[in-house]
Amino acid sequence: MDADLTTFVIVTVIKIVITLFLLLTAVAYTVWLERKLVGRIQNRWGPSRVGPFGLLQPLADGLKFLFKEDLIPANVNKPLYLAAPILSLTLALISIAVIPIGETVTARGVTTYLQITDINIGLLIILGVTSIAVYGVALSGWASNSKYSLLGSLRASAQMVSYEITLGLSLIGVLILSGSLSLREIVEAQSGTLWEFIPRWNIFRGQFLAFFVYLCAAFAETNRVPFDLPEAETELVAGYHTEYSAMKFAMFFMAEYANMITVGCLATILFLGGWLGPAFGPDWLRAIQPVLWFALKVFLFIFLYIWVRGTLPRFRYDQLMAFGWKFLFPLAVANTLVTSLVVALRA
Amino acid sequence: MLHQVLFIIFAAICVGGAVNLLAARHPINSALSLILVMASLAALYLLLGAEFVAAVQVIIYAGAIMVLFVFVIMLLNAGEEERTDGSRVARLLGYPAVAMLAGLMTWVLVRSSGAGGVRLGEFLGSTKDIGRLLFRDFLLPFEVTSVLILIAIMGAVVLARKEG
Repeated sequence: MDADLTTFVIVTVIKIVITLFLLLTAVAYTVWLERKLVGRIQNRWGPSRVGPFGLLQPLADGLKFLFKEDLIPANVNKPLYLAAPILSLTLALISIAVIPIGETVTARGVTTYLQITDINIGLLIILGVTSIAVYGVALSGWASNSKYSLLGSLRASAQMVSYEITLGLSLIGVLILSGSLSLREIVEAQSGTLWEFIPRWNIFRGQFLAFFVYLCAAFAETNRVPFDLPEAETELVAGYHTEYSAMKFAMFFMAEYANMITVGCLATILFLGGWLGPAFGPDWLRAIQPVLWFALKVFLFIFLYIWVRGTLPRFRYDQLMAFGWKFLFPLAVANTLVTSLVVALRA
Repeated sequence: MLHQVLFIIFAAICVGGAVNLLAARHPINSALSLILVMASLAALYLLLGAEFVAAVQVIIYAGAIMVLFVFVIMLLNAGEEERTDGSRVARLLGYPAVAMLAGLMTWVLVRSSGAGGVRLGEFLGSTKDIGRLLFRDFLLPFEVTSVLILIAIMGAVVLARKEG
């Protein structure tokens, strides 16, 4: 192997390890944050026993998942039953690969982007991975051979297919404005300011409707409240993962939170200017600021997720479908039309 | 070199999936093999440098159409199909016909190889190129196709509506 290729492989492996570590830590602490915040919303303390402020709770949960008995119920379709959680988690971890979290870093004369890979069709990769992710949910429900699981996964498949269309349509406005499918170029197209003081983020460039549609569709796509019908515990026990225990359940759980974080990163990149933000302070602070801005924006998004969960009740199934097809979908189409009209008139 | 290895791997997965699609006894296994075929086809497109087509192949075929297949199989709770040994006519005519078709295709491919081969980056595969082709050069066929799909959707709605 020549030197360039060796460097490329080493840098990529380092980036993959760091990204996965960050993502999995973020997943663990999103769970902690959710329990803590929902606790406060409901006038409780949330986890507080393990470590200061319950900060070691994710570790304790992880150990518990590892040591629980790993049950495989009778009469399941074993290959698919085992494959479903693996598929869910793998796909949830893959899509983070195209997310850029900052500009470049230089170490030992090698300059690299803060992103595992920057490809021309980054956004399409994420959409593709999300569309495949339905199978994890669908197959788990079917292979479990349980009516609750089956109902949950039927609901989930219908819901994810319906909202995926809206999700894709809500992104078209942003794509028209930035003229690229590469996530890095989409962020770079948002640099600068409008009238000298408002940042030129897509949400301030007439895409707030698209942002709203994206938010709703993303909540539905990740099966979160108020769209969590696939796992509605009052009707379906736990929906598609009813029959799963121990680490296999934990894989679904991690996949859900990893998806939340990816969706948050995507919202940040597409609508909130990614890592862009005011730069100030000494040089070392300026160097890490882009990553900090990015983390802050994703944190706000996750906070919103939890806030909504603590506040809103669940939709009824027919309401969910009507909301998706009769309200969000036309809204997304209208946004696409208006954005393209404005862009065409300006050109 | 790497290119060739990847092509052989994905082509083998593709053909294997297609064979399993026919041989599998449970409809869900057939559907999953078809997904495998779609996904490896996408990888083959990617190897040709047609990244947009590859992504769309995954999103539309593997992600949307096949989900509906799986959905219907799950909803109807279709079980394993029974094996019949097939009719005599099918066996007498079927095998020679398959052999003939395969032979014909091999002959055509072998004859035309070298003349019409496509190599990496030789044709228009980027998102921009495809957009330009669809919305400038082939605008009319594109719009006609969309009208056709619209008619199909309307037909489905009419058929699905309750009587009276």
